[in-house]
Amino acid sequence: MKAGIRRGVNAVMACLTALAALLVILPLILILAFLVYQGASAVNLDFFTQLPKPVGEPGGGMANAIVGTLTLIGLASCLGLPLGILGGIYLAESRDRCLPWMIRFLADVLNGVPSIVIGIFAYTIVVLPMRRFSALAGGFALAVIMLPIVLRTTEELVRLVPASLREAALALGIPEWKVILRVVLPTARAGIITGVMVSVARIAGETAPLLFTAFGNRFWHQGLLQPIAALPLQIFAYAIAPYDDWHRQAWAGALVLIMMIFLSSLVARIVTRGRYSGLR
Amino acid sequence: MVQEGGTAEGLSLPRLALSTKTAGRWGDQLFRLLIRASALALLLIVSGMVVVMVRAAFPSIKAFGWWFLFTSTWDPVAKHFGALPLIFGTIVSSLLALVIAVPLGIGAAVFLSEMAPSWISPAVSFLIELLAAVPSVVYGLWGIFVLAPWLRTQVQPALGSALGFLPLFQGPPYGVGMLAAGLILAIMVVPFIIAVSREVLLAVPDSQREAALALGATRWETTRLAVLRYARSGLIGAILLGLGRALGETMAVTMVIGNRAEISASLFAPGYTMASLIANEFAEATSDLYLSALIEVGLLLFVVTVIVNALARLLVWSVGGAVKEVRE
Amino acid sequence: MKGVQGLYKLLGVLVAALLLSVGYGGGSVSAQMLMNGAGATFPYPIYSKWFDEYTKVDPSVRFNYQSIGSGGGIRQITERTVDFGASDGPMTDEQLKQAPGELFHIPTVLGAVVATYNLPGDPKLRFTPDLLADIFLGKITKWNDPRISAVNPGVALPNQPIIVVHRSDGSGTTYIWVDYLSKVSKEWEQKVGRGTSVNWPVGLGGKGNEGVSGQVKSTPGAIGYVELAYAIKNNLPAPMVRNQAGKFVQPSIQSTTAAAAGAAKNMPSDFRVSLTNPPGDDAYPIASFTWLLVYKNQPDQAKGQALVKFLWWAIRDGQKYTSDLLYAPLPPQVVKEIEAKLKQITYEGKPLLAAR
Repeated sequence: MKAGIRRGVNAVMACLTALAALLVILPLILILAFLVYQGASAVNLDFFTQLPKPVGEPGGGMANAIVGTLTLIGLASCLGLPLGILGGIYLAESRDRCLPWMIRFLADVLNGVPSIVIGIFAYTIVVLPMRRFSALAGGFALAVIMLPIVLRTTEELVRLVPASLREAALALGIPEWKVILRVVLPTARAGIITGVMVSVARIAGETAPLLFTAFGNRFWHQGLLQPIAALPLQIFAYAIAPYDDWHRQAWAGALVLIMMIFLSSLVARIVTRGRYSGLR
Repeated sequence: MVQEGGTAEGLSLPRLALSTKTAGRWGDQLFRLLIRASALALLLIVSGMVVVMVRAAFPSIKAFGWWFLFTSTWDPVAKHFGALPLIFGTIVSSLLALVIAVPLGIGAAVFLSEMAPSWISPAVSFLIELLAAVPSVVYGLWGIFVLAPWLRTQVQPALGSALGFLPLFQGPPYGVGMLAAGLILAIMVVPFIIAVSREVLLAVPDSQREAALALGATRWETTRLAVLRYARSGLIGAILLGLGRALGETMAVTMVIGNRAEISASLFAPGYTMASLIANEFAEATSDLYLSALIEVGLLLFVVTVIVNALARLLVWSVGGAVKEVRE
Repeated sequence: MKGVQGLYKLLGVLVAALLLSVGYGGGSVSAQMLMNGAGATFPYPIYSKWFDEYTKVDPSVRFNYQSIGSGGGIRQITERTVDFGASDGPMTDEQLKQAPGELFHIPTVLGAVVATYNLPGDPKLRFTPDLLADIFLGKITKWNDPRISAVNPGVALPNQPIIVVHRSDGSGTTYIWVDYLSKVSKEWEQKVGRGTSVNWPVGLGGKGNEGVSGQVKSTPGAIGYVELAYAIKNNLPAPMVRNQAGKFVQPSIQSTTAAAAGAAKNMPSDFRVSLTNPPGDDAYPIASFTWLLVYKNQPDQAKGQALVKFLWWAIRDGQKYTSDLLYAPLPPQVVKEIEAKLKQITYEGKPLLAAR
C-alpha cells in the first residue's frame, strides 16, 4: 500500500476516534452542566433545614433526607467496613488453598448483582422477620453492596505492602496479627481509604434497594429501627409527581447528591495521589 | 529504619516488638480465625441470597414451570404470570444501549489510550470516572424532564415521518418508551465501557506497540494490528461488563420506559424490564403467588447478570497477566 | 501511632456521625411515638394534611405515611410491617382471610375519580360510560373520533392519537375505575375485570396518582384517571360524565356526596361498599369511600390507643379539612356507625376507646 494512503487512513481513524470521544464526552458534560444549573437555581437555605411540607403546599426542604442518607452510609459502613477490611486481609495474607479463590470469585459475583435484587434479599431477611421497615434494613442492603468493593480494594492494597517491611517486623518477634494490624494496614491505609470512599460514593446514590427496606419518612427518623428518609428516595418520589415545586426540589436534591458523591471520589483521588506514588 | 516508598514514617518497630509478651501465638490463632470468618461472611451472604430467593420463588416456579419464561401475560387479577415481555424489554433496551455505547465507547477509549496526546488522557479519564459515579436516579430525573420531552416533540415525530414504514418507528410519540430507555442506558453505560476498555488497552504490553512501530506502522496500524488484536477478548469483556450493568439498571429505566408489560416491534412503544417491574410492584403484590412471581423474576435477573459478569471477568483477566481489580 | 490512628479515626468519625444522627433524629423529637402507615395515593393529600394538623392536637405522636398505592397498603398491613394500611379498593374476602387477625375497614373520606386529559387549547369535554370503556379498551384511538364529537358538539377535536395512562402499581383508584367500567361495559367486565392491578389492554403506566397526573400533565393527547384533588391542584380538567340517570354530572363535593346518599342508608356493617354508577340525578358516577385498614385486636396498647384516638378525631374534626382539598365529608349517619365500630377495637380484649 502506498505510504500516502496509509497516512491518510491513519488521519481518518484518528479523527473518527476523536469524534467518538467527543460524541461521548460532550453530551455527558452538557447533562452535568444542566443538572448543576437546575439544581443551583433550586437550592435555598430551606432545603437544608426544613422538613417536607404536606402534599401540594409549596416550600419545605429535604433536611431529613440528607441526614437520612448520611445515617444510612454510616450504618452500612459499620456493617460493611469491618467485614470487608478483615476479609480483604484474609484474601491477601492467607495461605489456604481454594477458599480465597472462591471468595474472590463470589465477591465479583456480588459486585455485579443488580441492587434491586439485593433489596429483595434485605426485605426477606430483615424487614419481614422484624415486621417493620427500618434504617437497619436499608443499611444492611447498602452494606451488602459495599462489601465486595472494600474487600477487593483492601486485598489489593495489602498485597502491595512490600514484603521486606513485613519480614523486618516478624524478624523482631512481633506476632503476625500485630504485624498486620499495626504495620501492614497503616501502610496501606491510603488505598483502603480510597476503597472506602469509592464504595461510599456508590451507595450514596442507590435508590432501588431502599424502596422496600428503608421505606422513606416525611419526618426525622426515630432511631434505627424505624423507616428513614433518604435523598435518592425523595428525589424519585418528587420526580414522578405532578407538583412543580416538588420538581424544583428534586433538582436541588440531585445537585446535593452529586456534590456528596463527587466529594468522596475527589477525596479518594487526592489521598491516592499524594501518599501513593511509592507503592504504585 | 526501614525506608520503603516513604510509608514507614512513625513505625517504631522495636517498640512494637517489646510489647509482645503474652499476645504471641494465641493472638495469631484468634486473628486468623477472625479474618477467615469475615471472608466466610461473604460466602454466607451470597449463598444466603440464592437460598432465600429460590425458596421464596418456589410457589411460582411450581405453578408455572418453564412456561414462565415463554408466556407473555402478566395478569395479577387472573393470577397469570409470564415473564416474556420483561425478558424482551430487558434484552431490547440493553441491546439498544450497547449498539450506541459500544462503538462510541471503544472508539473513545482507543482515542484516549492510543491516539491522543499524553496530557489529555488523565484529565478526560478523571472526568469519565466522575460521570460513571452519577447515580441512576439523577439520570432518570434528567430523562423525565429533558430526554422524554425532546423525544416526544422532536425526535419521534421526525423518525416517524422519515422512517415510519419500518415497524421499528411506528406508533404514537409517547416520549417515554423503549427508545428513551435505550438512550438513557447508553448514556449510563458509556463511561463504564470507556473506563474498562482503557484499562484493558493500557494492559497491552508496550513491546507489542514498539514492535509494530519499529516495522514502520502508522499509529492507527499499530493500534489495529498490535493492540486491538491482542486486547480483543478483554474488549469483549468490557462490552459484557457494560451489558451486565445495563441489565441491572433500575431507577433511570423505571422513570422513562412507560411501565407496560407488552412486546412490541416499535421502539416508540412503552415496555418493561425485569428490574423496573420489581421496583414498581414489589411493595404492593397483593397475593402470595404474585410476590413469588416477582421474586422469580428477581432470581432470573440474578442468574443472567451473574453469568454475564462471570464471563466478562474471565475475558478481561485474560488480557494482561496480573489480576487487575476492575473498579466499578 | 499515626498510622493506626489514621485508619481507625475514619471509622470513628463514621460511627460518631451515625450516633450523632441517631441522637439528632431521636433527640429532637424525644418521647414522641412514630406510627407508620402506607397505602393509597388517592387520599394522600388529605391524609398528609391531617397528619400535619394532628401534631398540633396531640404532639406526642407522629404519623408517617408513605403513599405507595392501595395494593401496597393491603400487603403491608397483612404482613404487619406497618401500623395501619390505607386503600380505596376494599379488601376481598380472600385477602381478609390471609391477614393474621381481623381487619376493620374504617371509611375516612369520599372522593371522586375523574378522567383527566391534556389537549391543546384546553377544550371542555364530557364523556359517556361507553366512550370511557372503549377508549381504555383501545377501541377508540383518535381524539377526533366521531363518537367523541357526537357527545361534544361544537368542540374542535385534534387529529391526535389518544395516549392512555393507567397505574403501574397496585391501586385502589384503579379498583374504583375498573369497578365502574365493569358495571357499564360487559366487554370490559369479561376481558379485563376488577382488581387493584389489572391487565390493561393499552396505555402507559404511571406510579401512583402522582405518577399518572404527572404523565398526563406532560404528555399532550394523554388521558388518565386520577382522584379529583390531583386534577384540580395541577390545573388539569375534571370532565363531566353521564350518570345512570342520563344526566351529565360535574365531579364535585356535592355530586360525590350525592353518590353516597343511597349507600349511606344501607351501609353494610363492615363498610365495604361500592359507590360507582349509583342511581340519582345529581350523583357523580365514579366516586368511592376510602378506608384505613386497622386490626380489631391491636398488638400494642400505646400505639393502639394513639391510632384509635386519631381515627376518632379524623372522622369528626378532621372532616372540616375535606372541602379545601375537594374531598367530600362522611355522611353523618355513617360517622355514627363508624364511632360504634371504633369502640370495638381492642387491646387484649379490652376496648381502647373507653367511656366517650
